[in-house]
Amino acid sequence: MNASLSIPAASVAAIEQSPGYWSGVFKRFLRDRVAMIAAVVVLVLVLLALFGTYVTPADPYQSSMLKRLKPIGTEGFLLGTDELGRDMMSRLMVGARLSLFMGITPVLFAFLIGSVIGIIAGYTGGWLNTAIMRTVDVFYAFPSVLLAIALSGALGAGIGNALISLTLVFIPPICRVAESVTAQVRSRDYVEAARASGANAFAIIKTHVLGNVLGPIFVYATSLIAVSMILASGLSFLGLGVKPPEPEWGLMLNTLRTAIYTQPWIAALPGLMIFITSISFNMLSDGLRSAMDVKQ
Amino acid sequence: MSQDAIIEIKDLEVVFGSGSAAVRAVNGVTLRVERGQTVALIGESGSGKSVTLRSLLRLHAPKKTTIKGNIRVAGHDVLSLSSSALSNFRGEVCSMIFQEPLLALDPVYSVGDQIVESIQRHKGCSRAEANKKALELFERVKIPSPERRLAAYPHEMSGGMRQRAMIALALACDPQVLLADEPTTALDATVQIQILLLLRELQKTLGLSIVFVTHDIGAAVEVADRIAVMYAGQIVEEGDVRTIMRAPRHPYTKALLQSRAHGSLDRGQRLATIPGAPPDLAKLPPGCAFAPRCTYAQDECREGTIALISLGESHSARCRRTDVTHLPHTESVET
Repeated sequence: MNASLSIPAASVAAIEQSPGYWSGVFKRFLRDRVAMIAAVVVLVLVLLALFGTYVTPADPYQSSMLKRLKPIGTEGFLLGTDELGRDMMSRLMVGARLSLFMGITPVLFAFLIGSVIGIIAGYTGGWLNTAIMRTVDVFYAFPSVLLAIALSGALGAGIGNALISLTLVFIPPICRVAESVTAQVRSRDYVEAARASGANAFAIIKTHVLGNVLGPIFVYATSLIAVSMILASGLSFLGLGVKPPEPEWGLMLNTLRTAIYTQPWIAALPGLMIFITSISFNMLSDGLRSAMDVKQ
Repeated sequence: MSQDAIIEIKDLEVVFGSGSAAVRAVNGVTLRVERGQTVALIGESGSGKSVTLRSLLRLHAPKKTTIKGNIRVAGHDVLSLSSSALSNFRGEVCSMIFQEPLLALDPVYSVGDQIVESIQRHKGCSRAEANKKALELFERVKIPSPERRLAAYPHEMSGGMRQRAMIALALACDPQVLLADEPTTALDATVQIQILLLLRELQKTLGLSIVFVTHDIGAAVEVADRIAVMYAGQIVEEGDVRTIMRAPRHPYTKALLQSRAHGSLDRGQRLATIPGAPPDLAKLPPGCAFAPRCTYAQDECREGTIALISLGESHSARCRRTDVTHLPHTESVET
């Protein structure tokens, strides 16, 4: 990265080649079969989200009054059709984009904001910690579904407002995890050792706190993606998130509910997708957690 | 005493908390360490050894701790350093090794990275230079195949190796004073002696002054020039190793030495113990803190403050009964 790396000392080169922490994590992760399966599923979903519109067997918006609610396996409609005669398979594939977007984005923002607040609270302690954490607790006291609906309702319907309200819902739990992990790390011997070797608060937070805290917070945040997707689906279901005719799994679940007695399997398909996605993200975060545990 | 004192502690008092819950961890410690000298602080758990040591780097949380007295290390007035001066002081003038190296090394960075980071922070040199220096340090502390070990993570090393790495980390910025907080307690016996020999050797080659906290008298004898025995936050006896080992004058030192296992014990023979328990540091008794457990104690020991009595060149004891303590202990001594 800098010019000094080019100094030709064999021994120095040996240090540069050292396998980093993350390559060790990656190696352990590869050996975890369940996590690998989950990773493949997530990868497929991400690819669907990115390129789904180009590979759909039919136009997901093309409705047909004659072909409404065809069962699974109908000629030309592998997974049947919905209540407006649109191809379910295409809609599910395209729906991955909005559903994943609604699942990941709020968690990502909440991860960034919540980590900063939590680390500051955990590291400083004292009255600042009390002030921050009690405020967070107020938000935390609401059930997350209720809070998301209330915030979304107050902000008004729409994807942007749904994202904001979901982000606000996830900041408190991430903040709490960040605070507790930071408070633990702060009292570790290596932080004291770093202080004894002359590191100031900024250097300690930068290397020792971030290095040890981001991993656990990240793993926790990954597990929230599933929750976020379900909440986002819930908001869409209530008409507070995505608007028809956009394909989004939660919204599809809502519009198909009228067909539950005539075509129950088709009505359940978006729910199945949500289930598969959320369980994959959960398995993935579990795998990450054990792969990041250095003391195995 | 010599003029060339690198550490001078005067009337150090450390109190944790305040009011009725105040714990008086250190009560008036005065200690001189000369350049190139190794001093061992020994005593039971809770005798104030580690607290004294940590005060030398001002590591105690400032809000909860009251420190009185005077500490000078290599010309720096430690208790009045500004926070940036303190950062420079720590590591460059005075650094510390810890009891449990697995906990004192950050698990997510390789040991090499941690040493390099410390060097870069203090010296502001390039990464390559810092790497070279780290390698030198690993050779100095005698870690086999140092290139490979620099890339290892703390959990991948053995206990002895980790402690060597910890020592290398402490020496990263060429300090003049090394503080060691029970550096061998977490290690097994064969490794302990290697680490002690290493410390001794480093002290000689680098001209370090070492303050060494331990409750293992054997370890203290191995590396120290002088021994200071602490009890209830005070130094109760101080002298060179030979004097303390052969002719201890404070009853506590005597009892401590008797409670060791000498070679092998005969079957059925009991190890000598000190009856009672150390006093509660939140409410110390008047007079000598050791009096309630002392076989020499008389009524005069239980009042006033006990002065440090000089017993010849660089030997002193905080006891009113030094006139009888050098005599072989007999049951006839009144208690």
